[in-house]
Amino acid sequence: MTRRRNLAPYLLLAPSLLFLLFFFATPMASSFVLAFQDPAGAWSLDSIERMVNDPNFSRAVIATLTLVIVVIPVQLVLAMAMALVVNKRLKGTSLWLYVYALPLAISELAAGIVWVSIFTQRGWLNSILETLGIIERGVIWQSAEAYWTLIGIIVVAEAWRATSIMMIILVAGLQSIPDEYLEAAEVYGATLWQRVRRVILPMLRPSLQVALILRIILAIQVFATAIALAGTGLTVMSQQALKWANDIDNDHVAAAWAGLMLIISIVATIGVLWLLPVKDEQQA
Amino acid sequence: MTGPTPAAPAAGQALTPPSPQELQASPPQAPPARRKRTWRALASSIMWYLAALVLALFIAVPIYLIFVSATTPAEATYDYPKSVMPTGIATDNIEAFVRAAGVIDAFWRSVVAGLITVVLSLGIGAPAGYALARYAFRGRDGYRLVVLATRAFPVVILSIPLSVMYRQIGIFDTVLGVALMHTALALPFAVLITGSVFVSIPRELEEAAQTLGCSPARAFLRVSLPLALPGLTAAAIFTWVLSWNDVFAAAILTLRNPTLPARILTSLTQASLPWQFAAAFIMLVPSLIVIFIIRRYLLGLWGRVVK
Repeated sequence: MTRRRNLAPYLLLAPSLLFLLFFFATPMASSFVLAFQDPAGAWSLDSIERMVNDPNFSRAVIATLTLVIVVIPVQLVLAMAMALVVNKRLKGTSLWLYVYALPLAISELAAGIVWVSIFTQRGWLNSILETLGIIERGVIWQSAEAYWTLIGIIVVAEAWRATSIMMIILVAGLQSIPDEYLEAAEVYGATLWQRVRRVILPMLRPSLQVALILRIILAIQVFATAIALAGTGLTVMSQQALKWANDIDNDHVAAAWAGLMLIISIVATIGVLWLLPVKDEQQA
Repeated sequence: MTGPTPAAPAAGQALTPPSPQELQASPPQAPPARRKRTWRALASSIMWYLAALVLALFIAVPIYLIFVSATTPAEATYDYPKSVMPTGIATDNIEAFVRAAGVIDAFWRSVVAGLITVVLSLGIGAPAGYALARYAFRGRDGYRLVVLATRAFPVVILSIPLSVMYRQIGIFDTVLGVALMHTALALPFAVLITGSVFVSIPRELEEAAQTLGCSPARAFLRVSLPLALPGLTAAAIFTWVLSWNDVFAAAILTLRNPTLPARILTSLTQASLPWQFAAAFIMLVPSLIVIFIIRRYLLGLWGRVVK
């Protein structure tokens, strides 16, 4: 091998590494620097104190974590159901896959508004329930006082919008399970539940791990769906970060929020890796 | 480590519906057992189709409803209870949305930011994808790990320090600034997607061209590139829609020159519901088209993450 040939892959990778260094590593580092400075630029814990002492701090953290904890299991079940349907190779499989994948390219803001049209007081849900005679008067779903109802409708909207990515990852994982395994289980009389529990889930572990990590990190950043649906009834962490950066114009507190979200994301990732360890031979 | 395996052909194969012969080929059995078994098979198959349908309706019905909401004629906008069957299709709401101050400008900014993102992320990402697909070299696994990790990074964490940096270098509140941020988000995808595209093109073809006298660069341009074009197009479209959909980074990095989602976000609290519905519909249309165009590559785009 010539020396030139050895260098080629590195030359091809260099632009992307430089870009990632400038647009990933630098902002991440400066995020922490900003968070540990006051607006005058001196080192202090002032910005972090301001973040924590803000009356919206615990509201935003609790609402965001609640959303993550509720939405992830819902999405896991939905994504698994969709993936099993796609993998079942029913007639029109590509159509099912296309429909389930549609939300993949839908923006969170658009998704939020789509569900506003359903949950608003004179919206689709009340229209349908009233036409069917199930309710007599429109229910106010998006009431600022009904906290858990708000959580519920955001969960529905997020499940609608962001399950596709998990589904796609799980379908790819399912297709890597040899058919013989499932056939063998079926020959021995395993029910669907037993096949899922004893064959599919253990073999799907690497895909589950990736899908969960990706989805949890994205769920921690829940933003536009919550704003569109909840208004002032509920606030989430990204919304607070945006508020400090734009409305209050204090990048240091905004950076403290960003740092907090990064730490939560890392803890959640470690948690998934710890709960769902993947053996080396499965990783290949 | 053999590197990425082409997922797309395997996926396509697996998705082909079974032929009629396969469906009918049940082993011969004694009549009573067989009847019981076919009855159970039928029941199970009905359950599967029912599940498929319910899940599909969950996804499709809201899209239909926003279409009806956005195209309701102005005089019927506040009818209640609404009729699920459209009373008429009108562009009143959409016209009102488009006429709102700054919407058309914001629309074009979104389009341009997306295009810059496509050019940058493929221009920087495709060579890296090619290197991952074609070369075995030290640090390859490490690089893959970096790319996989950066794909999951929170946009909130990047955009806030970037806005500070942008103010210093003078690209705050510009389309270029937004596009650079979107490139950072899209680059990991661009690398992984182009990598899986190039790995599915046999290396031998390029080598054959070289033995026939092509230079390596010419062999790439004349042989591999044309074959990779459909996959690269899918990657470009996907990258564009990542940029088109972003709202948080655009809201942080712009002020007077927002992209379309950022423009819509700032009006969200004051805007009338019909205006919002039209906005959601306009944002949604490209997404639906994009998924339709790249549907063959869906599993290839995303499914490969495990490997």
